[in-house]
This record gives sequence, C-alpha cells and structure tokens, in this order.
Amino acid sequence: MCLAVPGKIESIEGTDPIFRSGKVNFGGIMKNINLAYVPDAKVGDYVLVHVGFAISTIDEAEAREVFEYLRQIGELAELEESSNTQ
Amino acid sequence: MKFIDEYRDAQAVQRYSRALKRIVKKSWTIMEICGGQTHSIVKYGLDELLPSGVTLVHGPGCPVCVTPLELIEKAIEIASTPNVMFCSFGDMLRVPGNSKDLLTVKAEGGDVRIVYSPLDALKLAVDNPQREVVFFAVGFETTAPANAMAVFQAKHQGVHNFSILVSHVLVPPAMEAILSAPENRVQGFLAAGHVCAIMGYTEYEPIAQKYGVPIVVTGFEPLDIIQGIYMCVRQLETGRAEVENQYSRSVRREGNLPAQKLIREIFCVVPRKWRGVGEIPQSGLGLQEAYTDFDAEKRFGVAELRADEPAECISGLILQGIRKPHECSAFGGRCTPEHPLGATMVSSEGACAAYYHYRRRTN
Repeated sequence: MCLAVPGKIESIEGTDPIFRSGKVNFGGIMKNINLAYVPDAKVGDYVLVHVGFAISTIDEAEAREVFEYLRQIGELAELEESSNTQ
Repeated sequence: MKFIDEYRDAQAVQRYSRALKRIVKKSWTIMEICGGQTHSIVKYGLDELLPSGVTLVHGPGCPVCVTPLELIEKAIEIASTPNVMFCSFGDMLRVPGNSKDLLTVKAEGGDVRIVYSPLDALKLAVDNPQREVVFFAVGFETTAPANAMAVFQAKHQGVHNFSILVSHVLVPPAMEAILSAPENRVQGFLAAGHVCAIMGYTEYEPIAQKYGVPIVVTGFEPLDIIQGIYMCVRQLETGRAEVENQYSRSVRREGNLPAQKLIREIFCVVPRKWRGVGEIPQSGLGLQEAYTDFDAEKRFGVAELRADEPAECISGLILQGIRKPHECSAFGGRCTPEHPLGATMVSSEGACAAYYHYRRRTN
C-alpha cells in the first residue's frame, strides 16, 4: 500500500502551491502528478510518487550510497583477511 | 527504470549477503515493518540469503491487513446505501466482512469503484454533484498527505457531496505495542522507508533508546533491504541501539515538512483499533473538529457499528511477528487469496498472501 515509484518530472503547471502539478515520466508512461509536497522540485528532477502525489525528491548523490557502503565494507573485509593471514 | 533496476543487482545483493555472514556471531530476530518490504523479501527470496542466525519476522505495516473488521462492515454499510458512489484502493474490495465483501456489494448493484488517488474520488464528486461520493481513506503516514489534500481541496472548493471513511494508522505506536508485549522476540527493526519520507525519523529515536533496539530506515528494493539488515545486525553485534538511515536517497531526518503541515491541519491523533490486536492508544488519525463535515461515519450514521474478527484467523499474531503464515491450520486450505478468511491473505503485501504466492512448496 505504501508503494511509491520514482519518476522524472517532464513539466510543471500551476502557480498555486496547493494545486501545483506536473507530468511525471515513469519509464515511458506519463502521468499527471500533484507536486504540492515537493515545492523545490524542478523539471528533470526525479521524485518518488505515491497515489498521485510526489512525496520526496530523490537525491542523486545519496542514491550512490548503497554501492559506496558496499565498497567500504568490502575493503574492510579484505583488510581483516590480510591481517589474519600475516 | 532509473532508481529501481540498479537496486536489483543480484551480484551486489550476494556481496552484501557474504558481508553479512562475516559479521554475524549470535542469533538475532529482526522485524521489517512494512508489507511492501515483506513482499520484496519473500518475492526475491532474500530471507534465504541470510545466515542461519538471522531471522526475519513480518510486521504490521500493511494497512489493508490491520484495518479491523468493524471498519470493513462500516464500508459495506455505506457502499450499500442508495445514491452512494463508494471509492477505494483495489485491495480493500476483497477483504471479507461478516457476510460479504465490497466486491459483492458491487455485484449486487452498489456503485463501488477502484481509484488510483483520493483526488480521483474528489473529481468524481465534482463531476457528479447529485451523488454522495465516499473515499475509503486507509493507510499509514505515507498516504495521509494525499487524503489530507483531498479533504482540504474539497473544503476550499465547496464540494459538499464528498466525504472520507478514515482508517488511518501510525507506525511508532504499533512498534511500541510490539516491543511491550510479553511474548515479543523482536530485537531490531527495519523502519518503513516511505512512512519516513513523510514523517522523518526523529520520533523513532526515543523508541530505540527506551527499548534498546536498533532501527534502520530502509527502502524497498532487494539491495536496500539487505543493506538495512546488514546495518541492523552490525548495530546488534556491537551493542548499539540507534536510528540509522539506509534510504537516504529519499528520506531526510526531518521528513517532508509541507506534507506534515497539511496532515496536522486536517487530522488529529486518535486511538485506533488494529485487526487482531485491539485498540492501541494514540495509534491513528481522525478528522480535526473543523473538518468533521467530511467524516463519512457521521454522515451515514455508522459510527456506533461494532464487529469482532472471526476466531479461526490468526492474522493478529502474524501481524505482531509471533506466528508465521504457514503455522496457521487454515493456510492454503480453508484460507486462500481467492477465499480469504482474513486480511493478511487478501493484500499482496500481507504476509499470508506473499507466502501463498511465493512459498507454497516450502510449507
């Protein structure tokens, strides 16, 4: 139920903050999405969409953290292994 | 799709799985809160990649599952009223009431509709001023801003033929109820990423401290979940009990402030009944005094209706992580997704339905 899908903002309409909406592209499928809760989101940003509402702007730098963390723990393990064999 | 496919990289998942095996020394039981996470775990077989010492139990984070029979009965009563157009997310239609479900109401001639967003229901109300349009507003914190917006817009556009049947629940009080239960075995949590996208995670910090449990805000893709488990186990193994954020690409510590502001404008915190668990104080949302005109329970006079869950269904125990679906004698026999006894078999996010779809051979 709390399913939310990332999509890219293609256009933004409306100046009233409550009725701010835009076209969001989900891998080729376009939907009209309410953007009231992401007031700083711009065209080209990726937002997380739940029941027709963008609930968060996806941070591209933070998105790499999952892989960065994995690299760090991998290196840590190698260090431990090399110190065990010495 | 960007921000989905890369988090399903099987090799990276395997590397996390190996890293996890290196750090586990003791046995740990971790609960994933959200039904969306349960679905991913069972679908991708993530629990089968864990070291034998790490056990996952499935939490109460499926709003369809925790909505009590009483509210289903209220929905059926309202949907059966002439001139009502009853709108809901699809999952709720097959949750069994005492004698029928909402789909049966539709088959009997009731106007029951599936909508994608509460704003679609509001639009139906604007387009059909002679009809009473009711939206079944179920959900956790993730869905509250959407439902709040529908009510806010209805009031400010003067749409008087729109109301909502509120069944909103909150995650932190449910976690406290689980941790306080004498039979609790949960030692760490994966918190629900999308709930935290709205609410942030400061409200989990006192829970981690009070009960000495690590809480890791976690996403929904396989890599998110296995990293969340890794972070939680690492805390457990080193004796820490902190709130950490695995899902930092979408969750900020303070959450979504404009969304929280509108939730507070429309809703207030109230006690709520949870299926199989009973009433938990301060565990849900109800409409603020200024918006009670939009309360479908009052408009249709069903507020006093009472109903109790069927005795055979153990969904209450499953939702608290005390029992697993295949430990139920009705599982897969008298209770299937086509003929469910309880809500955990209905929603694709319910633990019973997930086990039925992906795990039948192992029960």
